[in-house]
Amino acid sequence: MSNLIAGRTGEWEIVIGLEVHAQVISEAKLFSGAATSFGAEPNSQVSPVDAGMPGMLPVINRRCVEQAVKTGLGINATVNTLSIFDRKNYFYPDLPQGYQISQYTRPIVSGGHLDIEVEGAAKRIGITRLHLEQDAGKSLHDQHPTLTYVDLNRSGIALMEIVSEPDLRSSEEAAAYLRKLRSILRYLETCDGNMEEGSLRCDANVSVRKPGEPFGTRCEIKNVNSVRFVALAIDYEARRQVELIEEGGQVQQETRLFDSGRGITRPMRSKEHAHDYRYFPDPDLLPLELDPAFIESVRQAMPELPDARRRRYVERFGLTPYDAEVLVAEKETAAYFEAVAKGRDAKQAANWVTGELFGALNKLDRAIAHSPVSAASLGELLDLIADDTISGKIAKDVFLAMLDSGESAKAIVEKKGLRQVTDSGAIEQAVDAVLAANQDKVAEYKSGKDKLFGFFVGQAMKATGGKANPALLNDILRKKLS
Amino acid sequence: MTALTDLTLAEARDQLRAKQISAVELADAHIRAVERIRPLNAFITETLDLARERAKLADKRLAEGKAGALEGIPLAIKDLFCTEGVLTTAASHILKGFHPPYESTVTANLKRAGAVMLGKTNLDEFAMGSSNMTSHYGPVESPWRRQGDNRPLVPGGSSGGSAAAVAARACLAATGTDTGGSIRQPAAFCGIVGLKPTYGRCSRWGIVAFASSLDQAGPMTRSVKDAAIMLGAMAGHDPKDSTSAEEPVPDFAASLIGDIRGLRIGVPQEYRLEGTNPEVLALWDQGIEWAKEAGAEVVDVSLPHTKYALATYYIVAPAEASANLARYDGVRFGLRVPGKSLEEMYELTRAEGFGAEVKRRVLIGTYVLSAGYYDAYYLKAQKVRALIARDFDQAFQKVDLLLTPTAPTPSFAVGEKMDDPIAMYLNDVFTVPASLAGLPAISIPAGLARDGLPLGLQLIGRAFDESTVLRAAGVLETLAHFTEQPDLAGRLAETRA
Repeated sequence: MSNLIAGRTGEWEIVIGLEVHAQVISEAKLFSGAATSFGAEPNSQVSPVDAGMPGMLPVINRRCVEQAVKTGLGINATVNTLSIFDRKNYFYPDLPQGYQISQYTRPIVSGGHLDIEVEGAAKRIGITRLHLEQDAGKSLHDQHPTLTYVDLNRSGIALMEIVSEPDLRSSEEAAAYLRKLRSILRYLETCDGNMEEGSLRCDANVSVRKPGEPFGTRCEIKNVNSVRFVALAIDYEARRQVELIEEGGQVQQETRLFDSGRGITRPMRSKEHAHDYRYFPDPDLLPLELDPAFIESVRQAMPELPDARRRRYVERFGLTPYDAEVLVAEKETAAYFEAVAKGRDAKQAANWVTGELFGALNKLDRAIAHSPVSAASLGELLDLIADDTISGKIAKDVFLAMLDSGESAKAIVEKKGLRQVTDSGAIEQAVDAVLAANQDKVAEYKSGKDKLFGFFVGQAMKATGGKANPALLNDILRKKLS
Repeated sequence: MTALTDLTLAEARDQLRAKQISAVELADAHIRAVERIRPLNAFITETLDLARERAKLADKRLAEGKAGALEGIPLAIKDLFCTEGVLTTAASHILKGFHPPYESTVTANLKRAGAVMLGKTNLDEFAMGSSNMTSHYGPVESPWRRQGDNRPLVPGGSSGGSAAAVAARACLAATGTDTGGSIRQPAAFCGIVGLKPTYGRCSRWGIVAFASSLDQAGPMTRSVKDAAIMLGAMAGHDPKDSTSAEEPVPDFAASLIGDIRGLRIGVPQEYRLEGTNPEVLALWDQGIEWAKEAGAEVVDVSLPHTKYALATYYIVAPAEASANLARYDGVRFGLRVPGKSLEEMYELTRAEGFGAEVKRRVLIGTYVLSAGYYDAYYLKAQKVRALIARDFDQAFQKVDLLLTPTAPTPSFAVGEKMDDPIAMYLNDVFTVPASLAGLPAISIPAGLARDGLPLGLQLIGRAFDESTVLRAAGVLETLAHFTEQPDLAGRLAETRA
C-alpha cells in the first residue's frame, strides 16, 4: 500500500524519526545512590547530588551502564568501548545543577537497527544511537495559583535516549517501530515500557516532501505518551505541514506539543529563545571505558528476543507467522503461552491463548498478567481435552465457567457432570434410540442423502447431553448405518 | 620557651604526644590569636567554641593513646570546603546562610585525624582571584607590610585568608585550594609553604567547585615537613569523586631525607619572562645555586608552549566555572531575590549574588562554549592544554623536578590592579602551567625583596611524585633559612588577658 498523502499539488511523503526516552530499570539513579521507585512522596528520593548542592559530584552507576549495553546489543548496535559524558547547559527549576549530564559526541551505543512489519511488509529501521543521560525533576504547576512546585524524585534517574534514523514513512510504521522497541526493552528488562507513568516517552520528528526530493524542514513533537497518540500526532502534523506548504507557507523548524484532547499539535510556548546548550565534556567524570570482556559477558546473558522467539514458534511449534507475532509481542503473553504449551500440543495452546483467552481478557479489559485463568489452569483444561475427559466444545463452556468462578477445570467438570461419555454401550443405546425414532431419515440416508449423517450425530449428542465422545459416536453411528 | 603559636605543626604534634602541652592550651592560644588578628579579616566564620570542644576530645584521645595523625592540631579551613552545619560561603553573597548537611571528604579526613578547626577562612569569591579582593566579606589584609610603608597589602589569592592566618600565627596550618595558583601564590606572598598536590590526590567531594578539571586541595603551612604531614592526612582515594586517583598515599614526611644529591633539576627557559621583577629573577638564580650546592644537577629545559598557558587557563577555567556556577539560581539554597517571573528571579538573584569578577568569568565561560565559538576557543584550548602537558612529560624524561619562581612580583597594595584584570591574571603566569598539566607543585618562602616582602620559589614534580617535590623543597628550605616574620605591631585587636 502507498503511504503517501494526497495534497492539492500532488502526493507527499512523510518522513519520521523517533527519539525515545526510556527510563532504565535500576535501583539507584545514574550518578547518585538515591532510589528510583515511582510514586514516592515528593522530594523523598533525592540525594545532595540530585539536588545540585555545592561540591557534590556524580559517580556513574555500573548497573545503568550494564543496562545500556544490554539494550545496545538488543537493538543490534555497536557498543562503544569509549564514550563521554557531556554537560548540556540550560536553566530550569527542575534541573538543579543548571545542566543535564548527557552524552553528545561519543554515545555509549551507536549504529543499530530493528525490523518492523506493517501489513505483511517487513522493513528495517536504522537506529542512529543510544546514549545515557540524567532525567530532570518534575515541575508541578497545578499545586498553587501562582507558584510552581518542584519534585526532584525523578532528578538524576537514568534514561536511555534511543534515536532512530529518519527511516519511517507513515504513522503505522512509527507505531510499529515504537511497539517493537518497547517489546525489546521489556524482554531485556532494561525499561518497563510504561508510557502512562512516563518511563517510556517519545518525541517524533516529522517532515514532508514530494517523493524523491530532499528532506523537508522538520518539526519535533514532544513527549507523546501513548503509541496511539504518536500515530495521531504524526498524521495531524504531516497534514498540517502539507496544507501549510500548499498554501504557500513554509514549515518552521520548531518544537510542538500534541494536545490529545483536541487531536492537534501546537507550538510550545516561549520558543522565541533558541537554545544554545553549550555542550562540553563533564570534567567531573572520566571518559567511560568498557572492557570488551564486560560487553561479552552481557552478551552471554542476553535473553531470547521477540524476533528469535517468533522464528522458534513458527519453525518448532508450527504456528502461523501471525499467531507467533501476536504471542511474542508482549513478554508476559509469550511466557503465558509457553507455560501452557509446555508438554502439550503447541498449536492447540496457541489457538486457546489467542482465541478464548484473548477474547475473555478483552471483554474483562485485563492484562494477561492479571488473567483470572492462570497458564497452569488453562493447561489443565487442555489436558482434559487431550485425555478425552471432555470434548473441545465442552471445554469452551468449562473455560467460561473457570473465568466466572475461578475454579479449576477438573472441579467444574466433576461438579457439572460434564465428563465425556466414552462408554460405547451407552452411546450405542442413544444411537439406537435415535435411529429407531427416525426410520424415514435412515431410509433417505441409505438411498444416498449423506448429509443426514450430521443430523444423526446431533440427535445422538443431544440425547447424551452433549457429553458423548464425538469420535466414538461417529464410529458407532457409521457402523449402524452401513 | 617558644610561644605555642610559634610552634610548627610537627613540633606541636610531638609535644602533644609527649604530654608537654595539652590540646586545650594549644587551642586556647590559637583562639586568642584568631581574635587578635581580626583586623586582617582572614576569617569569614570563627568556630571557636567548636574548637574548644574538639580540643577537649583530642586531649581525651591523646590520654587514651588513640591519637590520630593531627590530634589536637588547630587548623583553619578555607571557606570553600563544605563543613557540616557550619556556614559555608565560598566568599559569595549567593551562598548566604548556606549550612551544608555534609562534610567535605578532605575536612572529614582531617577531622578523623584529630584536627581542631578554628574557623573558615576568607578567599576570593568562588576562589576566583589572586588578591582576595573579590570576597563578598571584604578583602583580607596581608600580615606583611613594605618597609616604611603603611599601606595594607594583599595576601594573594584565592586562599588569602588561609595564607594570612598561617603567616600571622593564628593557626598551625590551613587548607587551601589551588586551581591556577591559589595555594602557591598566596603562600609566596605571605612567606609560608603551600603545596598543590597532583590532580586527583585529594578528593574534591564537598569542595565548592570552581573549575573541576583543575581544582585541587592542599596544605598551607610554615614548614615543608608540616606540609608533608598535613598532605598525608588530607589525601587518599575517594569513591565519591570519580577523578580521585587510586594511588597509595606514601609517608610523605619520611621522604624528607635532606639529600638531593644526584637529583636532576630543570630550569625552564621560557619562564624568564620579560618584565619579571629583577629581584624575583635574582632569587630564582639563588635557588639554582642552592640546588647545585646541595649536589643536584641543574639543567636548562624547554617548555615551548608556556606562553599559551595563561590564555588556555582563562578559557578552560571560566568555561567549567560557567557550568559549575549555574546551580546558584536562587531555587534551593542560598540567596533568592524575588522577581515577578522565574526569569526575573534568576536575573536578580545572580546579579545581586555574584560579584564583578565572578560575573566576568561566567560571561567569558559562557562565550567560549557558545555555538560558533566553541571550536575556536574551548576546543583549541583543550588541544593546547594537551601540548602543555606534553611539554612537561618531555621535560620530565630529562629531569626529576623543575625550579621556577612562584609569582612574578611580591605582594601589592590592596586596591591595586583591580581596574586591570589582565595585570591581575599575570600573577598566575608561573603557577598555571603545572595546574593545566595536573602536576604537584610547591611554593616555599626563599627570601625577602628589598622592600621587605617575601618571595617564593616553586618546585614542580612528576604526577604523584609529591615525595620528590617535598624532599627537594626541604633541602632548599634549609638552605634558604627563611625565618622572617611579619610585624603585626599596632595592627592587632585588643583581647582579654
